Amino acid sequence: MANDVQRIREWMPERNDLSLISDWIPRNASVLDLGCGDGALLAYLKANKGVRGYGLEIDQDNLAACFENGVNVIEQDLDNGLDNFQNDRFDYVVMTQALQAVLRPDRILAEMLRVGREAIITFPNFGHWRVRSYLAFKGRMPVSSALPYEWYDTPNIHLCTVNDFETHCRKNDIRIIQREVVNRDHSSSTLPRLLPNLFGEIAIYRVTR
Amino acid sequence: MPESIPQDSVGLVQPHTLHVDQPLELECGRQLPSYDLVYETYGNLNASASNAVLICHALSGHHHAAGYHSMDEKRPGWWDSCIGPGKPIDTNRFFVVCLNNLGGCHGSSGPTSTNPETGQLWGPDFPMMTVKDWVKSQARLADALGIEQWAAVVGGSLGGMQALQWAIDFPERLRHSVVIAAAPKLSAQNIAFNEVARQSILTDPNFHGGRYYLHDTYPRQGLILARMVGHITYLSDDAMRMKFGRDLRSGRFHFGFDVEFQVESYLRHQGETFSRNFDANTYLLMTKALDYFDPAREQGGTLEQALERTRCGFLVMSFNSDWRFSPERSREIVNALTHVGRDVSYAEIDTPKGHDAFLLPIPEYVKLFGAYLRRVADEVDADGQ
Repeated sequence: MANDVQRIREWMPERNDLSLISDWIPRNASVLDLGCGDGALLAYLKANKGVRGYGLEIDQDNLAACFENGVNVIEQDLDNGLDNFQNDRFDYVVMTQALQAVLRPDRILAEMLRVGREAIITFPNFGHWRVRSYLAFKGRMPVSSALPYEWYDTPNIHLCTVNDFETHCRKNDIRIIQREVVNRDHSSSTLPRLLPNLFGEIAIYRVTR
Repeated sequence: MPESIPQDSVGLVQPHTLHVDQPLELECGRQLPSYDLVYETYGNLNASASNAVLICHALSGHHHAAGYHSMDEKRPGWWDSCIGPGKPIDTNRFFVVCLNNLGGCHGSSGPTSTNPETGQLWGPDFPMMTVKDWVKSQARLADALGIEQWAAVVGGSLGGMQALQWAIDFPERLRHSVVIAAAPKLSAQNIAFNEVARQSILTDPNFHGGRYYLHDTYPRQGLILARMVGHITYLSDDAMRMKFGRDLRSGRFHFGFDVEFQVESYLRHQGETFSRNFDANTYLLMTKALDYFDPAREQGGTLEQALERTRCGFLVMSFNSDWRFSPERSREIVNALTHVGRDVSYAEIDTPKGHDAFLLPIPEYVKLFGAYLRRVADEVDADGQ
């Protein structure tokens, strides 16, 4: 267990979205983590907040890492939905940096809010000024450290902006409870707070039905 | 024959026998007044007896799961790919126990052993066994070995069903249950295949109502057919295509019913080898144990209700080309476990090898299996400090 905590502390600085998320999740909550990676968030929540839950993953190396971290992980493709979980099964359903990579983000969002009372979602904001200027001035699909892929090999097939996401929520009666829009270093400074769609690089939302 | 014992082998091993005089009440209503259990162990039991892993065998398995009985033995134990130093079930860390189940034909009490009450061979009079009965007898073995709680109970196929039954029947006596290529109960199709296998044995003129040994014969043809049909269900269509395709033994058609295609030759060979080494009454009994397995039925209807009783962590694994116990069947177990909030992890291994994959050293499988059991060993170590 000490190992997990240590690993999280070493790992968390790069993934400030995860430490933000863990602040939002109360003690002893039940959590489903979609695309849980090596299980760092769940291991941290289990060790520090008594959280119980499951991660869903399809990458074999990540599955092995979860096994070794003592994190419950189920091999399951998010594109096949979550119909193996009942309504309101979890307090929170979390999906970090995967919304843009699924076949139907709208459907997975609806599924998250069916099986969970609240959903926490993070995604790269395609409306960030650097992305906009890359396309505007270079005339090419943006490539950056947050979006390191070429147009032909990117897993990010459904990129959206902060405004797109919020419009979608409004149209589908999804209530936004909390929003953090942060920079690459994940600090939440003034500019992203004032003009999130222009200056936020990573968007983090807590939403409910 | 091994020229020399490989580095990652448990080496030369020998079976032990536990004689139990305490009667065993069976699900069928009968009881075994006394019985023998033959088992092997690999690795060392730690001081607190907390590092023991029980291996449960499948339909035609036995207690010899790893290592060699002698330098003359052609092949190591049946799960040598996964048991040994540095292997997924790491004998440097675990004390591994594998027994021959009751009703078997490899030394534990069964149709080929003597009924102590009559002095005659049990033959077809050996009581019908169920997975639940086996688990109960395995708990007696644990008692005798001084193992209060298994670090893990592990099995593939019918063995996986025993691992699941352990979690239900003795929730406090195992930390982890590893259920590989199994199902929560057999489908009608599964039972149908078993019935074809049984009928081929039962209708063999040499079966003699199960008392073939009194006639100095055995239902060879029936056993061959039973194994042939069983073996088809262990392989996938792809695996057979890759292994045999439509290859001909002599390169041309002979327009007769002798062996022409390689796949025919292979199946006959498998059947014949099996018929020489396996008892027909045991085969009948083992297939019935499979058919009867249904922990949900026993606990009031749903698998969730049955699994409410469990306390251990679970690892469930399946193979995508396994059509005998397909990934969907494993997911039934996983879904029931998540519904009742148990600790469970699940992996579906991508392989063309079919049901038999659980016995093979498939890299992805070995990696995930090993990762999970390393965690189990770490837990055991942490608790011992």
